[in-house]
Amino acid sequence: MTTTTHTPTAKPAYTRPSLLRHRSGLMNKMGTQPSLTPTEAIDGVPVETLVEAYGSPLFVYSQRTIEHRYRALRDELARRYPKVQPAWSYKTCYLDAVCRVYHKEGAWAETVSGMEVNKALRNGVPMHKVVFNGPHKEDAALLAALKGGALVNIDHFDELARIEQLSKIHGLFPQVGIRLNMATGTTPRWDRFGFNLDNGQAWDAVRRLTAGGRMSLRGLHAHFGTFVLDADNYRIGASKVAAFANRLRTELGITLEYLDLGGGFASKNRLKSQYLPGEQVTPSLAQYAEALTKGLADLDYPAHELPTLITETGRGLIDEAGTLITTVIANKRLADGRRAVVVDAGVNLLYTAFWYNFEVETTAPVHGVPEPTVIFGPLCMNIDVVREHIMLPALPVGTRLLIRPVGAYAVTQSMQFIHLRPAVTMIGLDGQHGVIKSAETLDDLVRGEVVPDWVEGAASVPGVEPTAPTPRAQTVALPRLTGALPSLTGATPAVGPDGRLH
Amino acid sequence: MSTPNPLLSLAISPSGFVFDPRTGATFSVNPVGRVLLEGIRDGQGLAALVDTLGDHFQVTDADLSRDVLEFAQSLKDQGLLTTDFQLA
Repeated sequence: MTTTTHTPTAKPAYTRPSLLRHRSGLMNKMGTQPSLTPTEAIDGVPVETLVEAYGSPLFVYSQRTIEHRYRALRDELARRYPKVQPAWSYKTCYLDAVCRVYHKEGAWAETVSGMEVNKALRNGVPMHKVVFNGPHKEDAALLAALKGGALVNIDHFDELARIEQLSKIHGLFPQVGIRLNMATGTTPRWDRFGFNLDNGQAWDAVRRLTAGGRMSLRGLHAHFGTFVLDADNYRIGASKVAAFANRLRTELGITLEYLDLGGGFASKNRLKSQYLPGEQVTPSLAQYAEALTKGLADLDYPAHELPTLITETGRGLIDEAGTLITTVIANKRLADGRRAVVVDAGVNLLYTAFWYNFEVETTAPVHGVPEPTVIFGPLCMNIDVVREHIMLPALPVGTRLLIRPVGAYAVTQSMQFIHLRPAVTMIGLDGQHGVIKSAETLDDLVRGEVVPDWVEGAASVPGVEPTAPTPRAQTVALPRLTGALPSLTGATPAVGPDGRLH
Repeated sequence: MSTPNPLLSLAISPSGFVFDPRTGATFSVNPVGRVLLEGIRDGQGLAALVDTLGDHFQVTDADLSRDVLEFAQSLKDQGLLTTDFQLA
């Protein structure tokens, strides 16, 4: 066998050999194969241009899609209800650039931790436009939020008691909301967060809140589920919340300022348990808006006193705005005959691959017979599977693939595991593009690591010289945790140079 | 009595349709796959097939070697190749 490379100019293009056994009865509407029409550009920018500039793998966000989806939601709601205020769900993607696109559009910030509150303040959102949810609101952030007039929605009785305690210590009389949960037809029942409406717990929570004399109720919060594919769940939920609001008004004289009816809107992604693709089953934003506002029609409020409808949709707004560019690094044939392809992005970047079957698109024509294929990521871990089953032809090494939609949660849940995280970019409205989060380096990985004195003096690895000094730990006694609450003064919380609340 | 070579009983059409009369199974091969299938049936080994394909297509020897070996494995998986494939 020669070792030369055959490079004639008039020879036909080579296609990798394939042998495909014919099987009957396996193809049905589930067996859709990915479109083999290549997607060469994202928002007009060639994929190869992006990879040359920023490398592979690469997250790409479309500002155009972010703005389009936000405006669509806002407009669909505003057509049906007079007071509407969307809030951006920070946990879905809290990169500053992404958040600021939403805030420029008028979105408030919906946060679920002190870190996220800090992020919102850093992005210029005033505290009174911050919604603060979640089961664990750290004391410092909670106090700052209460002082600054954030929309704090209480999740459980222990938090209610803690807010009372904080209010007594600091002389506050905050207005707060409470979170509700209820049966709306979703399975499994979404009852982990908040007070149950159906069994009377929510009613008791309001009576307990008002009886304490340290706070008043300004709003109700409810989140009916996640990736909810039946829009009617929102009609049922909103109707129940409206009935509860009516009862609060008539029996306790409480006129509510807002109803935060959460998110949970599905994207066009496809759950692994989902029979039909998202294009066929995911309700439109108009359908969600119609269901929500139809339920709110049960509100027995004068028009001028209607509470503001707040939404905190994340996935339904941004999922389609995100794409992950990845590159084929190897092909394999598994023992059971299936083709396997290894790409340079795995579950370290797509934690969401554990519950989604993403769309996979090529960026250039690919020839060959599609076969059942597994897409593996680059991790040396058996669980690193991006797609368990997809019909693809043989993909030459170096082939670019687009995995989408990945705009929701993929970046915020990505992990620094085995490989460093890649750059995240955004394409602007005029086709300009740039990094919104740099690719990580080893320095990013080891920042904060400390080698204690007692390890520093231990035997080193033979033949290996340390290349750089590692910060040495100071031997200090761990502070004892006490019940003392942090003493925060001043009515307006501020963010220090370290990004933390002060 | 020696075991008959399954490859010799295959019916291979010019369009790449393959019929195995022993089992009734049918297959599709693409043009490169057909060249390989016929070559292996005729007893050609890895080096000869790489040379044959390299003369006809724009591809490197390294890629061809990998693909020929993978294709031979596919034939084994389907029960069509029951002997060791010649590497020389």
